[in-house]
Amino acid sequence: MKFLQNTGLTLFVIGLVIFTVIPLLGTWKLESSMVAENTKEMHREVMVEILDPMYDKTYHSHFAFISDFYSHFNAYNDSLKAEEKWDQVIWDDYAFPLTKRASVGPVPSSPLLFLFLSIGLAVLGGLLYILPLYRNETAGIKNDGIYFSSMKARGWLGIVTGTYLIGFYIILYWYPEYLTNLVIMVDPLSQFLSGGPASQWFLYGLVYTLAILVMGIRMFRKYRGNSYQTIRTVSVMFFQLSFAFLIPEILVLFNMPWHDFKNIWPLDYSFFYEYRLEGMLNSGALGMFMLVWGILLIIIGVPIFTYFYGKRWYCSWVCGCGGLAETLGDPYRQLSDKSLKSWKIERYLVHGVLVFAVVMTGVTLANYFMEFGLLGEATNQLHSIYGFAIGSAFAGVIGTGFYPFMGNRVWCRFGCPLAAYLGIVQRFKSRFRITTNGGQCISCGNCSTYCEMGIDVRWYAQRGQNIVRSSCVGCGVCSAVCPRGVLKLENGEESGRINDMPIIIGNNSINLKS
Amino acid sequence: MLFLIEKIESGRIFPMNEISKNIVIIGNGISGVTCARNIRKRDQKVPITIISGETAHFFSRTALMYIYMGHMKYEHTKPYADDFWKKNGLRLHQAWVSSVDFANKRLVFQNGEEMGYGQLILATGSIPNKFGWPGENLEGVQGLYSYPDLLSMEKHTQSISRAVVVGGGLIGIEMVEMLCSRNIPVTFIVREKGFWDNVLPDEEANLVSRHIREHHVDLRMETELAAILDDGKGRVKGVQLANGEIIDCGFVGLTVGVSPNISVFKGTELETSRGILVDETFQTNIPDVYAIGDCAEFKIPPGPDRKNIEQVWYTGRMHGETLAFNLMNKNQVSYQPGIWFNSAKFFDIEYQTYGHVPPKLREGDWTFYWEDSSGKIALRLLFNQQDQLLGINAFGWRMRHAFFDRAITEGWEADKVVSRLHQASFNPEFYKDLHKLLIVAYNKEKGKSIRVPKRSFIQKLIGSRA
Repeated sequence: MKFLQNTGLTLFVIGLVIFTVIPLLGTWKLESSMVAENTKEMHREVMVEILDPMYDKTYHSHFAFISDFYSHFNAYNDSLKAEEKWDQVIWDDYAFPLTKRASVGPVPSSPLLFLFLSIGLAVLGGLLYILPLYRNETAGIKNDGIYFSSMKARGWLGIVTGTYLIGFYIILYWYPEYLTNLVIMVDPLSQFLSGGPASQWFLYGLVYTLAILVMGIRMFRKYRGNSYQTIRTVSVMFFQLSFAFLIPEILVLFNMPWHDFKNIWPLDYSFFYEYRLEGMLNSGALGMFMLVWGILLIIIGVPIFTYFYGKRWYCSWVCGCGGLAETLGDPYRQLSDKSLKSWKIERYLVHGVLVFAVVMTGVTLANYFMEFGLLGEATNQLHSIYGFAIGSAFAGVIGTGFYPFMGNRVWCRFGCPLAAYLGIVQRFKSRFRITTNGGQCISCGNCSTYCEMGIDVRWYAQRGQNIVRSSCVGCGVCSAVCPRGVLKLENGEESGRINDMPIIIGNNSINLKS
Repeated sequence: MLFLIEKIESGRIFPMNEISKNIVIIGNGISGVTCARNIRKRDQKVPITIISGETAHFFSRTALMYIYMGHMKYEHTKPYADDFWKKNGLRLHQAWVSSVDFANKRLVFQNGEEMGYGQLILATGSIPNKFGWPGENLEGVQGLYSYPDLLSMEKHTQSISRAVVVGGGLIGIEMVEMLCSRNIPVTFIVREKGFWDNVLPDEEANLVSRHIREHHVDLRMETELAAILDDGKGRVKGVQLANGEIIDCGFVGLTVGVSPNISVFKGTELETSRGILVDETFQTNIPDVYAIGDCAEFKIPPGPDRKNIEQVWYTGRMHGETLAFNLMNKNQVSYQPGIWFNSAKFFDIEYQTYGHVPPKLREGDWTFYWEDSSGKIALRLLFNQQDQLLGINAFGWRMRHAFFDRAITEGWEADKVVSRLHQASFNPEFYKDLHKLLIVAYNKEKGKSIRVPKRSFIQKLIGSRA
């Protein structure tokens, strides 16, 4: 078994290294026909002309190619900007499609081979490592040695992993032209699913989904014997694979807008953006359904489901961000900060983002219906600020890149506006709570330590109080790691749910309220 | 207040009027800290000082094992953040007390400093037992009770090829589990016929024994330790059993119970027996001196089926709560614990008990024991002759404390308990419906026809408990 696992680890590392190296492979050679093919009609003539010095030159690195591209492209734009000819400036991003198209060499000629050697080997290696985990061991909590682990306790492995993830997200969001070979590699898969070429987002979606699936299998091994964890993990794996990955691609195949039916505004912050609304309104009955379904989820789905089940129905059963956090992020859950100060910061930040998202959407809709020039400016400004600061930097770079530093729910806890909305419902009108079992708590601290949301669960449990907190995503791990059976996630009567002045059972001398 | 704090920090003696108010607690475990917190809740001003030599802050003693196993770090085991104490005006003083001058109400510390007190609360806890075995003081031989014990265990279990743990109780199995988490082969020596059989009936003891063996522990029942062997340099090299067999090992855990930690008070006017003798209000024989927690010994047990010395986390907490009430109130109450409860975890199997279930069935009582086919889940219900519930032992099945507190207080009959078990279960959602299996077994054994309670689809869907 050790041999299999070591082989798996080796294959995973090889796959990861190949994945990292692939963008650098081959040469880049631009032809005028490629430019003509990949530019809008209004820019075609100009683009073909300004990139003229690049044609038939062979670049041996994409760095040289991209830097040459930008020197010509920017020179053109800069001169227009200097002359204040704003309407002629080209705002479109042609670096990505042209770099992708100009790539020559092993990756474009055998993309599937490289797909197998990188992502394929990593998945295979991951599975070989994960499947034999805890074999011949009894079912139970598998937290031995977590705080001695370099990967899981902010050691050098954790730092390297976090840095790699942060780097990957920065390149993915802001410099995707440097990843073009990886996108070429998944082109055949995209063609198969949606009939179109892949974008960097298809690559990201594929890696994201595979991470949830493979690490979901790890959850089955780690929490074997815990039905709640198993079923919940099946659920996030299912929703990611179908709703977030396959269905949107298949929609595209049928000329429908790409749409994730389980993504809910304001997490899906662009839902009311003009292009999205137009896309849905112009897609017939199904498009109309997308719009109505999306609005129903916001105004009816969220309050009703959260009333009956707490926000967990979404955050740790359905959501894609939650899905990644609960699978890929599970090894890092203990790294969340439990201090009062971080709780305070959390409340300001997460509700601040919610307010931002609501205001932005309000302005967007006002603009959509009124088509007022000044409002249009404001809308664009707000969209670009939100997209950069919240959508990309917070949710992506910090949200996932910081797993090994601040735990797996940084985004969900401090940033997600939908979590804030769900949380308000959960706190004030819900049947969900974590029940504390009488006087059985021994204050050991396992619950607080393994709470990914940084809730000091023990503080409630040791005074016999139920845990009703807006941030709780109902992952159920506090209950799983409790050695004395003190915590139970349950939906029940609203009366007695919040017991601010609990009585700890067991002492008849006095009626003690803590 | 401020004046007082400065005085404590400089280690000098207080003026008399301050001393008379100052409450000093020796011991920062669950008893002492609970007492301090509850005094503070009732009185915002009274000066409270908590003294401990062991650690600067209160930590959960029951969580020591998880530090060794890498589940948590020391700081995670502290139930209150470090700024809690200052915020609540609870003075912490880290020092060992070397003697107490009860006549002059003064404590003397090992470093020679002194401190006066108005009222003194002794919550000094326990120390591991040793029974005079040859070699019991060698390096690498120890119990596990305190934080220093944990550090010592960490130090002495590096690169050893086997460990031996002696004594079949809760700390023993914890130590075995800790060693197993580091892949150190363990021989577990238990003198009795069944594991923890002064508490567990045979079936339960067997269930735990099976589970211990499942974890590849070399468990030896009915085996006695004769001597611990010296490697010639003052370190343990093995143990010799009563039957002459020698087991080579680099570490020996002695977990044969604990005794009240009262050596400081021996030979003083404080009345002691095994522990510090107290009445039902935790008053010792000396005015203004009280004892709570592990170190206290009741002159009269606090109830039928209760012991004179209660060495459990929960009772320590209740002692602290009750004494704090009495110190802050004119009308005194005596310590009246409610229905007994306790819990533990044996490797992967959780154990909870409510009420009193003795290891041997008493005349007139009757019992129903159910074990599921995995052999890891079990429930024992104990009733008296009048068919009233006396207590339960639950293994691998979490039970609702409030449910059994009520059922035992009200003396529910067997059929009522069995037919309502679905309300008692505290297992996580989606777990197997154990109550259904149990009802089938109960009906078969007792010739009854209790029906499995049905829940409607809607009830299931919204998770209704009814």
